[in-house]
Amino acid sequence: MTNKDALLYTKEHEWLSIDGDVATVGITEYAADKLGDVVYVDLPKVGSQTVYMKICGEIESTKSVGELYAPVNGEVVEINDAVTNSPELINQDALGAGWLIKIRFTELPQLLSHAEYAALTDEG
Amino acid sequence: MNDAGLKTPLYDEHVALGAAFTDFGGWQMPVRYSSDLAEHAAIREAAGVFDISHMAEFFIDGPDAAAYLDHSLVGMASEIADGRAKYSLICNELGQVLDDLIVYRFSTDSYLIISNAGNRHAVANALFAGTEGFEVRVEDASDRLSLIAIQGPKAVEILADLTDAPLGSLKYYSIYSSTVAGKNAFFARTGYTGEDGFELLVNNEDAVGVWRALLAQGADRGLVAAGYAARDTLRLEAGMPLYGHEMTIDTTPFEAGFARVVRLDHEFVGSKALAAIAEHQPAKRLVGLVGEGKRAARADYELFESETSEQSIGIITSGALSPTLGYPVAMAYVQSEFSEPETEIWVDVRGSRQIMRVVSLPFYKRAK
Repeated sequence: MTNKDALLYTKEHEWLSIDGDVATVGITEYAADKLGDVVYVDLPKVGSQTVYMKICGEIESTKSVGELYAPVNGEVVEINDAVTNSPELINQDALGAGWLIKIRFTELPQLLSHAEYAALTDEG
Repeated sequence: MNDAGLKTPLYDEHVALGAAFTDFGGWQMPVRYSSDLAEHAAIREAAGVFDISHMAEFFIDGPDAAAYLDHSLVGMASEIADGRAKYSLICNELGQVLDDLIVYRFSTDSYLIISNAGNRHAVANALFAGTEGFEVRVEDASDRLSLIAIQGPKAVEILADLTDAPLGSLKYYSIYSSTVAGKNAFFARTGYTGEDGFELLVNNEDAVGVWRALLAQGADRGLVAAGYAARDTLRLEAGMPLYGHEMTIDTTPFEAGFARVVRLDHEFVGSKALAAIAEHQPAKRLVGLVGEGKRAARADYELFESETSEQSIGIITSGALSPTLGYPVAMAYVQSEFSEPETEIWVDVRGSRQIMRVVSLPFYKRAK
């Protein structure tokens, strides 16, 4: 199990796991659940630049299209080919095997803690 | 969860099964229970049940029932054999389609109409307004009846364990009165998935019992409860129109490919207007489109003649990555000159263009 408290989050339902100057990015279980079965993932190319809160990819389910917002300024250093080939990994393990991209960043913007993110998605 | 919206008698069953909900015609309906792809596959390979209790039901009884329906609908209800059903449309005087529906005939003086939830009041108003001069009684029974669909190749064998009805001899588009799990029900051999199966019309107070009996009886044969995400991809693969998408108040039956159900050789509400429209070839037509890759062409995406042309030649009405076929499928209105099968056109998918090819509907047909 992923320790959700060790992750950072955005309002756009991405999670980040920070290791030095590289952030591993995925979408949250909440977002995966809302989308339904993911059938197609469009990720940015390795080497491309990301701009904070600009769309850098798409996650499509049968019913809808979810956008991937870059959670940091930086450069894409790796993409998860496994998830491109098997998009269902996002539904099966959104916080683990369903990770999407790794971005090398220069500085971290203000991000949400798990408690702050959970409050945001708590529908009562 | 948002508590707004109408709820069917099966709402608590859906909650207990862990459903996520969506608004459908003002109703809170289950969009999926766990996985919409698994629910879709279950119905193609085994069986599934849908709660479609939000749909509207009207009973039409009286000595003039057949003549009244001939006047009210675009087809000839008087020509339907006892115990059989027909797909039809109800129009206004302008020939605009208020709804598509199925009319079931019990006998020459007794019929049932099942129409869409979102159009219940438009259909009710049209039906009640048309009774003048006919000895007929129209009952809107939508509030007292529930409708449960069981669909899929194993639907009949599962249902057979719960009823004495002669399921094997009931033809496609027929209706029969019997009991299921000890409750009175009409068995309609119709559906919206492209698979064999029945739609069971039961009293509201019997809905939970029938629902649970079907789930219990079918569990070891792969039957699952299925939500509206699966229902939509199933009906799309089967090339079945959804009012509000393929058909609206602004589309004609001829554009939508339903000329065959419009019987212009008789007078009905809208017949004069439709006869005038029928004198000209439709400027646009509903077509099937198939694409390549995995990116779906979805509703409201625009269509173009080439990769670079700026003038739209049509619009997608429904589209998805087909779960059964594995490639994008869509229904769309295109200018008639682009409606021939094998015509290649381009769809704008959020800023990038993909090629698609016109095909005949349906995309998927079950093996007989």
